[in-house]
Amino acid sequence: MTTVTTTAPAPKRLTTSAMIASFADPGQRTASAPFGHALAALAERDDRVVGLTADLGKYTDMHVFAEAHPDRFFQMGMAEQLLFGAAAGMAEVGLVPFASTYSVFAARRAYDFLCLDAAEPSLNVNIVGGLPGLTTGYGPSHQATEDIAIFRGMPNLTIVDPCDSVDIEQAVPQLAAHDGPTYLRLLRGKVPTVLDEYDYSFRLGKASVLREGRDVVFVSSGLMTMRALQAAEKLAGHNVDVAVVHTPTIKPFDAETVVAQIDTDRLAVTLENHTVIGGLFETVASAVVRAGLGRRVLPVALPDEFLAAGALPTLHDRYGLATDRVVEKVLAALG
Amino acid sequence: MTVLHERRPPADPATRAAAVRAAARRMRLHVLNMGEVQGQGYVGQALGVADMLAVAYVDQLRLRPDDEHWPERDRFLLSTGHYAIALYAALAEAGIIPVEELETYGSDGSRLPMSGMASYTPGMEISGGSLGHGLTVAVGMALGLRHQGSDARVFTFLSDGELDEGSTWESAMGAAHHRLGHLTAMVDMNALQADGKTDTVMRIEPAEEKWAAAGWFTQRVDGNDVEALLAAFDAAAEQAAPTGRPSVVLCDTRIGRGVPLLETREKAHFMRIDPDEWELCRRQLAEGDS
Repeated sequence: MTTVTTTAPAPKRLTTSAMIASFADPGQRTASAPFGHALAALAERDDRVVGLTADLGKYTDMHVFAEAHPDRFFQMGMAEQLLFGAAAGMAEVGLVPFASTYSVFAARRAYDFLCLDAAEPSLNVNIVGGLPGLTTGYGPSHQATEDIAIFRGMPNLTIVDPCDSVDIEQAVPQLAAHDGPTYLRLLRGKVPTVLDEYDYSFRLGKASVLREGRDVVFVSSGLMTMRALQAAEKLAGHNVDVAVVHTPTIKPFDAETVVAQIDTDRLAVTLENHTVIGGLFETVASAVVRAGLGRRVLPVALPDEFLAAGALPTLHDRYGLATDRVVEKVLAALG
Repeated sequence: MTVLHERRPPADPATRAAAVRAAARRMRLHVLNMGEVQGQGYVGQALGVADMLAVAYVDQLRLRPDDEHWPERDRFLLSTGHYAIALYAALAEAGIIPVEELETYGSDGSRLPMSGMASYTPGMEISGGSLGHGLTVAVGMALGLRHQGSDARVFTFLSDGELDEGSTWESAMGAAHHRLGHLTAMVDMNALQADGKTDTVMRIEPAEEKWAAAGWFTQRVDGNDVEALLAAFDAAAEQAAPTGRPSVVLCDTRIGRGVPLLETREKAHFMRIDPDEWELCRRQLAEGDS
């Protein structure tokens, strides 16, 4: 008789985890659920405001609104076509709905309903899309890497890609006041607070120069504005002086401000948390061509491919969104 | 200001039915006249649903014909946008658009495009046509109106082909979940869709069981039987609405109803009618009245 002795295998040590779903840096200042708090505060002042979700209230910070205003919150089940069709119906009777789900589901699953029921009649339907671009390690089912490309062609739709909690808090009332459909690329949970250190306020449809610089000009949106500011600091250490232009409204695009910034001898770089196809880079490129400028624009963007699953820091590094990758790319371009 | 149909129609059933029938006859004639303008169109379906729409616009809906945006109006959402020709006839009958305007149907610059669009036509609440949308919007309107404290009702018209769409069933579940007793769906069960007979394109039967399982107060009637339609809408208002159950009336209709030439023609989604046939159609419609 043979005796088999087994020993428990040593637990594998993981260096990173797919469950890390925050892009905030360690120790960075953050605000908790800025969208949910901003919407709840807005609802105190405006009784037209209502909230809806498709079984993702907890994951889009809508739960904060639902707890504050339970009679104004509508759970539509895991049914995105109903979510946005019903939001249009609510806007038809004069309410101001904010309807949340993940960006992938809003853009890929419910496009026809948003297009025909909300955008064609130009109703005040506010789409709140969680996990825009590469803000989750769950792979292509959850990574909305092409949401702007999908939505940019929709007439009447305003598209906002906020950088941080300041942008979100200030954008929410402006989105409600805007008479037409909007799409907010939601940053959820503990959202970095960055822009309060600059002389900045969110103005719908406007770009802002956050920082001046002689050698390079960054044009960025969303969380990549945070990375742009960090990269600018690091590049200063290489004697490279970088300007940063934040363009939180992707559509309608503030071409006047951006083109004026690009029409210089500086290296122009766009930075976006989105595929290089159909997002900020192509929006800027289009504006530059229309203005008749023959200037090179270098994109920092996600590649035109389905991305891997994994931990966000690893993925941001691999796909070029990490601050150090941005610095390397700029130094290489400058030669 | 004129208000059509305060909550309870005051007339006796025979008077109500006679009024609906007379309106449906006029609407069918409007449909033939509009169809002749374009020489084609969804004339067969429009003739088939004239009784359904006449019940809605002559007997059920609370409207102010001269104030299309009156907040307290009942909403009628035409999900099946290509049935616009039928709805224009009803809107003319209800006094919301002038009868004389019907002759512009489908022409350049007309307020009456061939597929229904809200921005073009008074009384057209939504732009249907991408099928499976109307009920999603209706759910939101019903939720919103109730939230605002309004007692307005919401009706939506859809076709049996739209029961193929997943969004229809998302909405069916949502309406029942939210207990939208003031929402009524009317479904044209004409058994035909673009590629052929409904039971060959996508089996939808047993339709009653599906709606009932979704939590709806479900009735199925002959959609060309005015008394049966009136009884069904009365039952929806009296039995279902107070309990918070949304109502669906599945209406079996006959394409071309009222014009034997078209009733017996091989059924086609988009029926072509020769130029010399329109007068014959009108004659047959008139003969049916005598």
